Amino acid sequence: MSTGFVFALAGAALFALGVAGVVLIGHLLRRILAFNLMGSGAFLVLVGLAQRQDVADPVPQAMVLTGIVVAVAATALALALVRKLHALTGQLELPDDVDE
Amino acid sequence: MSDPLYDPLVWLILLPLAWATLAFVLGPGHGAWPAIAGLTAQWGLAFDLAQKVGSGGAANHVVGGWGAPLGIDLAVDGLSAAMLLLTQTVALPLAIYARSYFKSDDPAGTWFWPLTGFLIAGLNALFVSVDLFNLYVTLELVGLAAVGLVAAGGGAQQVAAALRYLFATLVGSGAYLLGVALIYGAYGTVSIATLLPLVTNDSPRLVWIAGGLMVAGLMLKTALFPFHFWLPPAHGGAPAPVSALLSALVVKASFYLILRLWLGPLQTVLPAFAWLLALLGAAAIFWGSWQAIRAVKLKRLIAYSTVAQLGYLFLIFPLLAAHGALQAGVMQIFAHGLAKAGMFAAAGVLIKATGQDTVAGLAGAVERLPVTMFAFGLAGMTLMGLPPSSGFLAKWLIIEAALAHGHWIIAVVVLAGGLLAAVYVLRVLRQAFLLTPASATLTPVPRMLEWSAFALAAASVLLGLRGVELMQLLGAMA
Repeated sequence: MSTGFVFALAGAALFALGVAGVVLIGHLLRRILAFNLMGSGAFLVLVGLAQRQDVADPVPQAMVLTGIVVAVAATALALALVRKLHALTGQLELPDDVDE
Repeated sequence: MSDPLYDPLVWLILLPLAWATLAFVLGPGHGAWPAIAGLTAQWGLAFDLAQKVGSGGAANHVVGGWGAPLGIDLAVDGLSAAMLLLTQTVALPLAIYARSYFKSDDPAGTWFWPLTGFLIAGLNALFVSVDLFNLYVTLELVGLAAVGLVAAGGGAQQVAAALRYLFATLVGSGAYLLGVALIYGAYGTVSIATLLPLVTNDSPRLVWIAGGLMVAGLMLKTALFPFHFWLPPAHGGAPAPVSALLSALVVKASFYLILRLWLGPLQTVLPAFAWLLALLGAAAIFWGSWQAIRAVKLKRLIAYSTVAQLGYLFLIFPLLAAHGALQAGVMQIFAHGLAKAGMFAAAGVLIKATGQDTVAGLAGAVERLPVTMFAFGLAGMTLMGLPPSSGFLAKWLIIEAALAHGHWIIAVVVLAGGLLAAVYVLRVLRQAFLLTPASATLTPVPRMLEWSAFALAAASVLLGLRGVELMQLLGAMA
């Protein structure tokens, strides 16, 4: 079993944990953390699987850099929205959606 | 085309970025005129590009002179040209609408122009991207801009809807990214053109997992039943021009990507999921229509109608081998895009005039706002699929392809969906035809609002008469 494959397996596990977190956790800050875990998992798979005979491939590394930028932007947006929601309702969980 | 400086492909991405940045620099609430001017130019470029592609030419561009794999290639075929044209055609009247909709002191309109510009730039970039990773980046650009637009209203309900939408869209694109990672691991490339022969020759189990992940993520972003939970609060709660942009264009972007994968690199893998998607599409038609029939608020009703109308798009997957199914799908994208933009725009006028957002409060609207109600009716005609609208053409094409395959069940679903759409559209119209209650007062609304809503709705009907050109454009890609 090559190192790259171990990375990929760990990445898949992190991704699954992250998705479970985003779906199941109510607390919004924890959900944002879970999303970051999920993203890191996907990046680890991308870099890990692409290694052949333990030689790093530069293309997926460039992709992961781009992906990190996207993830940072998404996290910033999510945090800004959570702060706004907290300022408006005092809650850190999503209110129920009603059609009244 | 020889001179890269005049390549319409590049300008379709640069122009919206330019006017979005300009609008941001001009400050809160400003930037309507640059946006309208930019969109007019973009419409011209998209039309020119569509004509070029329709007459057999192909267009591609190598960004900065750096080719794949390290650089980014852009290309346009019939399908992308059609999507580009639809995007600019919907966005231009909506920009004119939004200029009158947001008064200068309206907090909901503070950052509408920059966010819309980034959204359109993301959409245009998505439609011309030809590698899976660049598609991921553009998908995220579209998603983040759309979430920002939903939150722009600033109320607690809107911020909550935006957060719910944000988490859905992030999980969706995360699953797509993991699929891309697996595909890169298996083949060492993300270019759609290079992948096609590789996957056709040999598709290990990894690629099946990747295909499943990508389609599942994109289904979440397209709000296919049962992943539609985020759509009604987001589309129903946003300001009317935003709802129109989201329902007409944003959900179509992720559907376009499914279609792209289906017709392109994963064409040997994905058809295994065809009936599952069609089944979910049928469930979406029934569930969305039922919720629309029951909805209390007008914009909720229209948002649930979007859930239902998106269902039709997924009915084409078992039929894609047949001639005409792709055309049916794209005709439905156009029909719903134009009609839903018109309908949300009309709803925005009604809400502004009556001061509230319930279906019950529409009594007397026909008498007082005839143009707007006529627009609503025309858009409703397209959603129901009455001739000669483009909705009729789309549904006719789906039924024709279904019967050619012997899948009559799909034809039955399409017909039942049309009847259900008639129930919720006529529910609104019936209420609007009631006599005005003595106490009701209407705020006057700018003419421009009414007429831009009308233009979109009328376009959705008139497209039914000009469907041949669109078919030819798609024929150019086969």
